[in-house]
Amino acid sequence: MNPVSIASISAELAAQRVSALELTDQALARAEHAAALNSFIRLDADAARGAARSIDAMRANGSDLQPLAGIPFAHKDIFCTRGIATTCGSRMLQNFVPPYDAHVVERLAQAGAVSIGKTNMDEFAMGSSNESSAYGAAANPWDHTRVPGGSSGGSAAAVAAGIVPFATGTDTGGSVRQPAAFCGITGLKPTYGRVSRYGMIAYASSLDCAGVLARSAADCAVVLDAIAGFDARDATSVERPGERTAAALSQPLAGLRIGVAREYFSGGVQADVADRVHAALRELQRCGATLVDIGLPNAHHAIAAYYVIAPAEASSNLARYDGVRYGHRAAQARSLDELYSLSRAEGFGAEVQRRILVGTYALSAGYYDAYYLRAQKVRRLIAEDFATAFAGVDLIAGPTAPTTAFRIGEKSGDALAMYAADVNTVAVNLAGLPAISVPAGFADDGLPVGLQLIAPAFAEARLLNAAHQLQQATDWHLQVPAGTP
Amino acid sequence: MKTAAQPWQAVIGLEIHAQLSTASKLFSGAATAYGADPNTQASLVDCAIPGTLPVPNREAVRKAIQFGLAIDATIARHSVFARKNYFYPDLPKGYQISQYELPVVGAGRLSVRVDDGRTIEVLIQRAHLEEDAGKSVHDAFHAETGIDLNRAGTPLLEIVSAPVMHSAAEAVAYMRTVHTLVRWLGICDGNMQEGSFRCDCNVSVRRSGDTQLGTRTEIKNVNSFRFVEKAIEYEIERQIRALENGDSIVQETRLYDPTRHQTRPMRSKETADDYRYFPDPDLPPLTIAEADIARERTALPELPQARRVRYVTELGLPEADADQLCSDRATADYFEAVLAALPGQAKLCANWVLGEVAAKINEAVIEISAAPVTADGLAQLLTRLREGSISGKIAKDVFAAMWNGEGDADAIIQARGLKQISDTGALAAAIDAVLAEYAGQVADYRNGNEKLLQFFVGQTMKRTRGQANPQQLNELLKQKLAGN
Repeated sequence: MNPVSIASISAELAAQRVSALELTDQALARAEHAAALNSFIRLDADAARGAARSIDAMRANGSDLQPLAGIPFAHKDIFCTRGIATTCGSRMLQNFVPPYDAHVVERLAQAGAVSIGKTNMDEFAMGSSNESSAYGAAANPWDHTRVPGGSSGGSAAAVAAGIVPFATGTDTGGSVRQPAAFCGITGLKPTYGRVSRYGMIAYASSLDCAGVLARSAADCAVVLDAIAGFDARDATSVERPGERTAAALSQPLAGLRIGVAREYFSGGVQADVADRVHAALRELQRCGATLVDIGLPNAHHAIAAYYVIAPAEASSNLARYDGVRYGHRAAQARSLDELYSLSRAEGFGAEVQRRILVGTYALSAGYYDAYYLRAQKVRRLIAEDFATAFAGVDLIAGPTAPTTAFRIGEKSGDALAMYAADVNTVAVNLAGLPAISVPAGFADDGLPVGLQLIAPAFAEARLLNAAHQLQQATDWHLQVPAGTP
Repeated sequence: MKTAAQPWQAVIGLEIHAQLSTASKLFSGAATAYGADPNTQASLVDCAIPGTLPVPNREAVRKAIQFGLAIDATIARHSVFARKNYFYPDLPKGYQISQYELPVVGAGRLSVRVDDGRTIEVLIQRAHLEEDAGKSVHDAFHAETGIDLNRAGTPLLEIVSAPVMHSAAEAVAYMRTVHTLVRWLGICDGNMQEGSFRCDCNVSVRRSGDTQLGTRTEIKNVNSFRFVEKAIEYEIERQIRALENGDSIVQETRLYDPTRHQTRPMRSKETADDYRYFPDPDLPPLTIAEADIARERTALPELPQARRVRYVTELGLPEADADQLCSDRATADYFEAVLAALPGQAKLCANWVLGEVAAKINEAVIEISAAPVTADGLAQLLTRLREGSISGKIAKDVFAAMWNGEGDADAIIQARGLKQISDTGALAAAIDAVLAEYAGQVADYRNGNEKLLQFFVGQTMKRTRGQANPQQLNELLKQKLAGN
């Protein structure tokens, strides 16, 4: 039994052996204690204590509470929180206080979960290391000289460090799964459309997906059930009533066919990372699953397609930050053009500017067909690869990331090397599929390795069940960095 | 042998922007009413607050379908919203959501009657949905520009004609026909002062017989029929003059100056923005079910063109009357409601609707739907006229009284004692009294001064306060004066 599972904390709360306020104070104290990780952009101690007290009062009154009621957690600073600054990791939004709550924020508040603050992230979710944050890099709790991954690096670090049992994240090209892998925790990216994007600051709309970082697949399931569901405010939200994943985690794996994608083990994948992933797959085999060797022939085109489509959408999504209505406004502008160029030059960091330029170029007259349109065709081929593969298997597996967490500064000067860290994750976003990264032990350097499992659209229950069965049979996900409370 | 140059031919295409009369915006729930205080009708979506998302307004889509069906166009089962990217302070997202490669309404056509009596067929290439931008307010703050986002996100239907018109008169006739149609369908209020119906004019000229189009200019945002006419006339002349002087036409956007009746360059296309259109990733393709199209088709009203033909062929109205009655659905419906009470009296009804009623409406600057005299009210009045209870002249007075709110026709006739005197006894008594009073004039008349007849008519009318049946009066007078 996982001593820190949401279910066990929930049971303690229900039995009134611990109060939401005590848990909140504990989380806040741990966050202060682990300040060196820089995993939070802000802590909201007063608001958190207030929310915890009201949950405790409801419990004292005998109210019927949901499993997440009184559980402390943290939001990635990409989710709009009414009255609480939401920076998206950018100087541009340093003083932006949203007048409304995101769908995910509303849902978790309704479930009674207690947000203690907003976690650090790559600026506008553009990055794989958390180094592009305007609020400084976050550190990996397993080794403070290493990155926690990105863009949801602060959320991953906060969970791995035992500050909170779970945190929200977003995954546009691997931004939940890759930091989960780097930090030795479980990260779920649901099917595109499963969770409303309303109130989630956009990076690349056709790829952006809200996700969960937690200690286990079972915990991810509880949170997913709270945040999933149709929302009329997002035209890409999908109506799938009545689907609950947390209650469907006890299916035996006998008969489950797992496709092992050979492309995911090729190229720059660290040998010991590949070894650990194979070992984890053998565990799944012991649980009853069958391993099938499969190919995803267009997998190696995914990075190129992603780094055209995502910047193209970003170049348009980020046009609204013009210094006119909100966000950073240059003080020195003498003309309208200067208001735009100075506000954006001062407000956006280098990586964001790079992607805006790349995306603007890809959409320009004369280049659109060669870049954007071609990337969309590749995207279709990649989706077809998955569809073909899923005709013969139930899940697809591989390493989440080709390496373990790299050193802070190691790749920050080399955009292409950084982009290569997403090689195994971006295809999933291009196809809109659900995927999970689960801990698969430790590489020779002692750093965590992640196993990625991918499912067909809306098969989250199957995905989470397989991950849960693996976690029932192994204890990798129970390992915590030295010094973790 | 060198032949003389062919005459010039103008080629004109219009892009009409019709604001769809929906209660809320194209992608947000904010209201669309005109004239509210600045930024009071701008939701979080309209202000492009980070994290907000557009959700299509199905009512706007329905109205686009109705227009498409009315011009006999193909309705796209799948159409795509695209982003048109450019920076401007009143464009909050930094892009406008429009439709580019796959519009909701495909090619259609409209039959247009030109003032000179010809009918031309105008090909409409497409009509697509798009959102309007906000407004920059330049005069409210000293040395600063204000932004009002009330209009941002308002649904527009952009109706794009092929370059098939050859004169300002044809272009205006087409624009009027579209204006009538969108109001007829109830999809746009057509209010041009408020900018609900405006147009961009693409103009080029070439030698008659040339198959290649000349270089075109685009005159932006013209918002009255007269300005469209003047702007196109000016632009045709300017282009011909330039070409005859050996100059070339620069492809550019021009603005119409209504005080000088001139166009002048706004910006050159060479330095124009690259809009970087691409499908909006926030919006799945717009899907329209065959059943939805069928439902709109069934609900479509009889269209102005069909009704005009019916008025001429079935009711026997002159074409000019039919044109005027069908210039506005409310007017045509009003006419038909009056006619329903007076079968066979189409011309009488048309004369009154296009005469008295139209005059009063124009004078009061109101819509016929707001006229104080309803179709039923007018029908009652015209029934009394037809029965001979009142004369035409009295009818006009009664109509004026009805317009002033003095009651219905019968009540006014009763109250004012205006019922026509057709009773021979009463009329004879009045005539006798007049003849007795003017014995001298009677003698003159009998001595051959027959022009005095009108004098006696006038005097008798005066005595009867205009209520004498004029025909009867004439006959009786003649009899009496003849000495009977």
